[in-house]
Amino acid sequence: MILDVKDIEVYYNNVILAIEDINISIEQGQIVSLLGANGAGKSTCLKAISGLLEVEKGRVTRGEIYFEGKRVDQLGAIERVKSGICLVAEGRQLLKTLTVEENLKVGSLIRKDSASVIKDDLERMYTYFPILKQRAKQVSETLSGGEQQMLVIARTIMMRPKLLLLDEPSLGLAPLIAAAVISEIHRINQELGTTILLVEQNAALALPISNKAYIITNGRVALCSTPEEMKKIDLRDYYLGRKRAAI
Amino acid sequence: MFIQALIAGIAVGSVYALIALGMVLIYKASSVINFSQGALVMIGAYITYAVVTGIPAPLWITIPIAIGLSALLGVVIERLIFRYMTGVDLIAVIMVTLGISFLLEGSTTAIWGTLNYSFPKILPEMSFSLGGIHISEVYIWSFIFSMVILIMFTLFFKYSKIGLRMRAVADNQKASISLGIHPGKMISLSWAISCVVATIGGVMLANIKLLNLGLSGIGILVFPVVILGGLDSIIGAVLGGFIIGILGSLSAVYAGGLMGGAVDQVVSFVILLIILLVKPYGLFGTKETLRL
Ligand SMILES: Nc1ncnc2c1ncn2[C@@H]1O[C@H](COP(=O)(O)OP(=O)(O)OP(=O)(O)O)[C@@H](O)[C@H]1O
Ligand SMILES: [Mg+2]
Repeated sequence: MILDVKDIEVYYNNVILAIEDINISIEQGQIVSLLGANGAGKSTCLKAISGLLEVEKGRVTRGEIYFEGKRVDQLGAIERVKSGICLVAEGRQLLKTLTVEENLKVGSLIRKDSASVIKDDLERMYTYFPILKQRAKQVSETLSGGEQQMLVIARTIMMRPKLLLLDEPSLGLAPLIAAAVISEIHRINQELGTTILLVEQNAALALPISNKAYIITNGRVALCSTPEEMKKIDLRDYYLGRKRAAI
Repeated sequence: MFIQALIAGIAVGSVYALIALGMVLIYKASSVINFSQGALVMIGAYITYAVVTGIPAPLWITIPIAIGLSALLGVVIERLIFRYMTGVDLIAVIMVTLGISFLLEGSTTAIWGTLNYSFPKILPEMSFSLGGIHISEVYIWSFIFSMVILIMFTLFFKYSKIGLRMRAVADNQKASISLGIHPGKMISLSWAISCVVATIGGVMLANIKLLNLGLSGIGILVFPVVILGGLDSIIGAVLGGFIIGILGSLSAVYAGGLMGGAVDQVVSFVILLIILLVKPYGLFGTKETLRL
């Protein structure tokens, strides 16, 4: 197990309870999806794992998070990044005044690999997302929404994460572009062996590439199952809160 | 007369540009408008004076020591004060920078008194004349030094890893953290660099004029430069430096007689007023920076 989230509870500002009790486990090399309605606590979950809660005055108040067998919930965000947990946060966090290529280079700064290995990786990103190559010298602010999403994903892959946390990569994208982004995410998982925890509203996009999925409602895991099982049930029950946590 | 005033303006302007660059760096990294920049220019010049005249060693040893001390001062200011001021109102932050300014001026008076010192010659002799007009060598050296440093910074930010990290932090702190970059370290570094350029600027000004407490008044002159260029624009700081430098110098020559001294400072602020009326974000600025 590469990631094991055990019974966590998360508060913002010490008063807003965002996650009541969540358990998630991921095997090495898997893609696992977190599904659920707005405000269910999906993003909060990724922030808790990555340590980025600290910049939003959030705190894990109960439970433990283990990454590669080591407890990480006490570590700072940057330490976790260095140990291989990398987050593509919601809202396309570009370095908007930097060019596309500079954004990708910033991603590689934490690596100790030689310049030539990094150069190869840069070219690899351009094969995953060819449009970025055309835009390489352009200031990233001028990219379209879909291109921006591709850039933040590619930039995070440049960090060579062991665990990639993706927060709603398809949000706001045209259906075709969203499908293309999802299929590149699948390809990254297959070719580089990157373990991925994917947050999505769009179950139809996420389920086909997932090994396992969780449905989160009101800060709890309502259902954990295989994608095949999930397809048989009416997810709307969970999204609309007609069904609550099973236990 | 015109040529000489123009050249003096360009030289002084290049020094302004350098000092303004320091303010822009800090603003970009941490949104702090540093009103103590002028005092840092002054204290930097005094520190260099003390090191160069106090340590019996050649300049290639003493100057780097002075530069190192300036960088250290910047780091200390950031670590002890501004590290704890994130999320504080802009107006409070400005008050703190003014406080630092008074502190530095007070300490300088306490240590060195209010005398004028003439700076030891640290720039090599060089004679230069253009079309029969003699041009003071300190102007030429100031210009050359400032340009070299400005170009070095441009390359540093474009191509070095640390420069890239600094730009990342200036752009988006949250994204930087998720990319494994410590914003605090980069902000410290901005202060260090800012103090170093302030010191270099101070030494050049002390060479052009004299070394005394009046050097901190440069802060008042550089402020219009930064506003003119746009608080968050490096190119703006450089061009703003030249514009204010040249206009100040020309007006001192042509209007100085009419109004007595200090007309160059008046001109700077008249320009500042006009700019703020027409373009509130400065010529190259992007953000809404001032709402005081
Ligand atoms: N920075 C914050 N400060 C305070 N409360 C927050 C913060 N971020 C999220 N919350 C609260 O925590 C709860 C869970 O939010 P979260 O963003 O994790 O939901 P989500 O499942 O990602 O929703 P969405 O699908 O809309 O992105 C919400 O009630 C939200 O209001
Ligand atoms: Mg969310």
